[in-house]
Amino acid sequence: MPGKLKVKIVAGRHLPVMDRASDLTDAFVEVKFGNTTFKTDVCLKSLNPQWNSEWFKFEVDDEDLQDEPLQITVLDHDTYSANDAIGKVYIDIDPLLYSEAATVISGWFPIYDTIHGIRGEINVVVKVDLFNDLNRFRQSSCGVKFFCTTSIPKCYRAVIIHGFVEELVVNEDPEYQWIDRIRTPRASNEARQRLISLMSGELQRKIGLKVLEMRGNAVVGYLQCFDLEGESGLVVRAIGTACTLDKLSSPAAFLPACSSPSKEMKEIPFNEDPNPNTHSSGPSTPLKNQTYSFSPSKSYSRQSSSSDTDLSLTPKTAPYPQGPRIYLSPSSPSLPCGSLHLKKSCLLLSESSLPPHPSSLVSPVLRKSVSFSEELFLAASGMGSGSAGKEGGPFKALLRQQTQSALEQREFPFFTLTAFPPGFLVHVGGVVSARSVKLLDRIHNPDEPETRDAWWAEIRQEIKSHAKALGCHAVVGYSESTSICEEVCILSASGTAAVLNPRFLQDGTVEGCLEPRLEENLPAGCGFCHIPYDELNMPFPAHLTYCNNCRKQKVPDVLFTTIDLPVDATVIGKGCLIQARLCRLKKKAQAEANATAISNLLPFMEYEVHTQLMNKLKLKAMNALFGLRIQITVGENMLMGLASATGVYLAALPTPGGIQIAGKTPNDGSYEQHISHMQKKINDTIAKNKELYEINPPEISEEIIGSPIPEPRQRSRLLRSQSESSDEVTELDLSHGKKDAFVLEIDDTDAMEDVHSLLTDVPPPSGFYSCNTEIMPGINNWTSEIQMFTSVRVIRLSSLNLTNQALNKNFNDLCENLLKSLYFKLRSMIPCCLCHVNFTVSLPEDELIQVTVTAVAITFDKNQALQTTKTHAEKLLQRASTDNEELLQFPLELCSDSLPSHPFPPAKEHLESASSNSGIPAAQRATSVDYSSFADRCSSWIELIKLKAQTIRRGSIKTTVTVEKASPMGEGNFRNRSAPPCANSTVGVVKMTPLSFIPGAKITKYLGIINMFFIRETTSLREEGGVSGFLHAFIAEVFAMVRAHVAALGGNAVVSYIMKQCVFMENPNKNQAQCLINVSGDAVVFVRESELEVVSTQQPAANCQPSCPGGEVTT
Amino acid sequence: TSELDIFVGNTTLIDEDVYRLWLDGYSVSAAVALRARSGILEQTRATAAVLQSDSVDHYRTFHRLGRPLHAPPKLPHQLIFQIPPSRQALLIGRYYAFDEAFVREVLGKKLSKGTKKDLDDISTKTGITLESCRRQFDNLKRVFKVVEEMRGSLTGRKKLQYLSFGDFAFCAELMIQNWTLGAVDSQLDDMHVDLDKEFLQDVKELKVLVADKDRLDLHKGLVCTALRGKLGVFSEMEANFKNLSRGPVNVAATLTHNKDVRDLFVDLVEKFVEPCRSDHRPLNDVRLFLNHYSASVHSLYGFRHQALWDRSMGTLRGCFLRLYHD
Repeated sequence: MPGKLKVKIVAGRHLPVMDRASDLTDAFVEVKFGNTTFKTDVCLKSLNPQWNSEWFKFEVDDEDLQDEPLQITVLDHDTYSANDAIGKVYIDIDPLLYSEAATVISGWFPIYDTIHGIRGEINVVVKVDLFNDLNRFRQSSCGVKFFCTTSIPKCYRAVIIHGFVEELVVNEDPEYQWIDRIRTPRASNEARQRLISLMSGELQRKIGLKVLEMRGNAVVGYLQCFDLEGESGLVVRAIGTACTLDKLSSPAAFLPACSSPSKEMKEIPFNEDPNPNTHSSGPSTPLKNQTYSFSPSKSYSRQSSSSDTDLSLTPKTAPYPQGPRIYLSPSSPSLPCGSLHLKKSCLLLSESSLPPHPSSLVSPVLRKSVSFSEELFLAASGMGSGSAGKEGGPFKALLRQQTQSALEQREFPFFTLTAFPPGFLVHVGGVVSARSVKLLDRIHNPDEPETRDAWWAEIRQEIKSHAKALGCHAVVGYSESTSICEEVCILSASGTAAVLNPRFLQDGTVEGCLEPRLEENLPAGCGFCHIPYDELNMPFPAHLTYCNNCRKQKVPDVLFTTIDLPVDATVIGKGCLIQARLCRLKKKAQAEANATAISNLLPFMEYEVHTQLMNKLKLKAMNALFGLRIQITVGENMLMGLASATGVYLAALPTPGGIQIAGKTPNDGSYEQHISHMQKKINDTIAKNKELYEINPPEISEEIIGSPIPEPRQRSRLLRSQSESSDEVTELDLSHGKKDAFVLEIDDTDAMEDVHSLLTDVPPPSGFYSCNTEIMPGINNWTSEIQMFTSVRVIRLSSLNLTNQALNKNFNDLCENLLKSLYFKLRSMIPCCLCHVNFTVSLPEDELIQVTVTAVAITFDKNQALQTTKTHAEKLLQRASTDNEELLQFPLELCSDSLPSHPFPPAKEHLESASSNSGIPAAQRATSVDYSSFADRCSSWIELIKLKAQTIRRGSIKTTVTVEKASPMGEGNFRNRSAPPCANSTVGVVKMTPLSFIPGAKITKYLGIINMFFIRETTSLREEGGVSGFLHAFIAEVFAMVRAHVAALGGNAVVSYIMKQCVFMENPNKNQAQCLINVSGDAVVFVRESELEVVSTQQPAANCQPSCPGGEVTT
Repeated sequence: TSELDIFVGNTTLIDEDVYRLWLDGYSVSAAVALRARSGILEQTRATAAVLQSDSVDHYRTFHRLGRPLHAPPKLPHQLIFQIPPSRQALLIGRYYAFDEAFVREVLGKKLSKGTKKDLDDISTKTGITLESCRRQFDNLKRVFKVVEEMRGSLTGRKKLQYLSFGDFAFCAELMIQNWTLGAVDSQLDDMHVDLDKEFLQDVKELKVLVADKDRLDLHKGLVCTALRGKLGVFSEMEANFKNLSRGPVNVAATLTHNKDVRDLFVDLVEKFVEPCRSDHRPLNDVRLFLNHYSASVHSLYGFRHQALWDRSMGTLRGCFLRLYHD
């Protein structure tokens, strides 16, 4: 019995009237977990019952704790007949199972009924007592943290990024079981909700086990999806990235971003070392022991009791030998060993890995953290310096090889992350994707989901080989999806082929980290654009030029990726949302024939989607796409393709050529005239877009570039008929060869239509920007007002004999009108940006197209937005809060540069206040434009570090030591800062956002994952306001339930919120409708930056007004 | 056209202009037309379809907000709509605001179903939409209901809560014995319990006891002389004599209207029992006072209505003493 779950039912309110005669309700509550049920007393005749129950105690396995939801049913007592259910609350108790998250769930939960919706609320308190915390990892994986966020969560530091984890479980869908014929819709819905809840719990536990096997302690970028396969069953599958995360518990050492409630200060690992002289590895307290017990490298598991112990006790003997130090990972057995330590590791390689025994792990583990943190500092500071570079030379090849092999050893070197710690992403190859069409058949044995596993394995294999073809050993920004219609299922996977820095991938691998040094003499911000593949042996025809930024490496002319724009990328102007939309009619067919038809259509669709994207990108005068997501949806009689991405102009890439239109019949005069008219329109549009998105790249003369510049005569032709591509071909090579300008050949009316449709895309009204990535390139001065929303539209196609063109137009109009409506609705927020715009398309019926959009509108400061030249450092700080690695980089750079004063008033104010605190004369106060926004975010500690580090060269180990020394002192400063988190925030307001951050605020704590599944059904559709009224109410209810759960966990926001599914079915003739919604996100506690600063510096609140007006804006 | 078209914000989006149109009772199509006329399309470069979609969506939200708005205290506690407090105040304030023209028409009318049926007349007369009239009418009813149930001086029903059935029965008996037609005219059936209208009319004559300053002072002097030294709180009685005297005189004098008869018990409590109670007089003091108060009138020089006074005061004294308890 490793766990005791305790539940107390306090009260209810706003209950519905269940007894018409008395207009009252005799309510009682059933509390169920697993097979145990408790009941409260009946509270007679009250709509606001007070139960104040005893603590109901469930003694359960932790396995059950992970799988089972707590089920609370509110009923109306009836003496004579069966008790009527009022509704239910399912509570996922997972957040209570790991120490850093919530400790209690307590609050008002909406009582939900699948037929009536929300019917009152119930106040519940839930606690979990976990026994023997240490050696309990058998079937359960309690303690593994889950994050939906697709980057390293704020207030954590990635020690190691282990890699891909995936799992799926299958079951019969209760809706399709025979019993469904005789039970009520309510019973059927509840069975489904419960089953899915159970399956997600199980899935999460299994993924957790895999993470523990990899010696990780967290899953980041966790994405769980349901495949409703109808008759053939229900599949719940999930992917994620296993990591070893360290909590940045000591805010002093880092940014205010990480200041956490004081309670956590106690469980700080090595950063809070009370004695700066002992370097980073302090005394091995039991706490540390615990923190690192998930340590990843198997090779250490045996060292434990050996002589290594004393090493850890004498940490001052660390830093390691000055020469190249290479930490061995089990995956690369052939490397020479550079130190005693390493030799041991080598010896251990052959030994079987045993499960870690916590007590014996102490020393090596500690050591590892130490070495790693140093290496981190080194790498972070050394981005642009050459201090350690020369060491790298001889080992260059070796390292590359090692990295490769390390990754190749993994079955799938995939990462669901879309944003990375600095230095992690070395090169980006391009988008890789794979799709396959499958016929569903009944899942015969739910315990062995091999078929589905095999399907996905096949696709992943394909992705892997695509990446290899691009000279990349890894895939980042990886995601998977399905589209199901009857018995046909399209499985899709896509990601971005990339070369990664091995530093984060395995523990203690390459200290000194040579990989980035290969380019260390290049300015940052372009490295990821450089081609990873061999230029003489290119995997596809591409046009390469020298990088506009460093002029040393080759870059492609266009770059497509599925990831977020790297924070250090240099961008010119602003970005914008670019969508390609496409419909293809398909004959209705059965089984095999249908699957074949779809398979045949897919490559054409991919090709056209790609062409559209390329054209629209050129029309915007941009040269790169980020966050690309191509969704192919299958319906009875058509296929839909919708690609969304954020276009930007990357300074490193060449200026895009224009679009040239060529007619096929040059003799026809009027036709020529028409063509030239079109051409003019296109040119005008491009010019207008350049202005709109502020794309003014600096002029570069030809000699400097040393490679052909786009010239009119060198135009190539894009033949629309050229579509020999197969669905196996990667995206990159489809539509352009070694060409500069883009030629659209108008050979038929279709082509004409396409050109027209290019020009019909209306830019957003002034004051609005939109993107589908986390942050909008070119805007970095967000104010704190945010509004997350979901909008759904369904159109009925008017006629049955539709053509592809008509269909395309319908679909295009649907999306454009939807966007227009959003701009109109949110006009009061101008200037604002729609971020993370996420479109999903489904085809619920023959003639219906459904588009669901979720996004967040964020206001920004227009005046500051006019600052267009963003520097590298500013970019790094566009994110609302910064990772440890990033900030370590700054103080070093800051202190050694002498800088002029900067223009941003808020930053200046902060800095002034900061420096006045630390007593530095104004003359010494060095700032620059480059670091202004950085300075904006960090206050007094900069000065502190500057004091400490003024004489020290950046990049040296000494510097890092100093920085570390500085931290305990800074801590003193910051202790004040971590004052009560949300004491001042408006009670009850819970923000929701699809982004991983909240503008103007710091996330101080992650409370756990929110993963909820709801079904709503009605048999009185008209009375509920028709389909719109019904769905409107349901979505509002889903939001309310998410908010209530977050509030009960003690949180005030959900980040990385996503509506993964919104399946809507209607039958107006029967006055019925049903909808299934699945949402997820990370529950967090955030603190307003303004509050933080007021608390810490005791400055008047006016100080932070410029950066965050309207402090308490709600969402 | 869209089969389905919705927008749901985490914070409920409220367009004040549309809210006003909705409150004013315009249909969606009328609202769309009015908005279009306001020039919003030109300002925002939006299409009519966008405006239509936006208006329908807002109307749907407002419609759903209706229920929490009917019980404003619940608005901050409901979980479905996340609305910042300032916005909540705006919603409630606007919802319960009324048009003066409408209220002028309703003033003095009963908030009954009958009146509600006549709202279309008011609507025609005032030019306020029927929809808006209905909302305002229902608002008045809701406000009235809340006010009625509140503790406080606005209504008397609550004040009678402490009385037992016996109290009511006792007083009713006294009145039947003394104030009905049957009581004076033995010819009539004993069961004739209508109040003696003529008597009630005559009772008004007693008002001179408070209206005529000289007589009031005289009366006061007599009562004070008799009571000096016998009461616990004499001085207050002396100071308040006019008010104390007004109660018994007026209660009886206003009974000619049916409405006042209905409020008799409230009047008894409010006009005499409560003032005495607030001075914390012991029952005995009250009894003494009432005895001397009624008796000393007989010694008033030139006062002609002795019989009338006895008939009136006898009953009232009984009632007052019966009702004077906690």
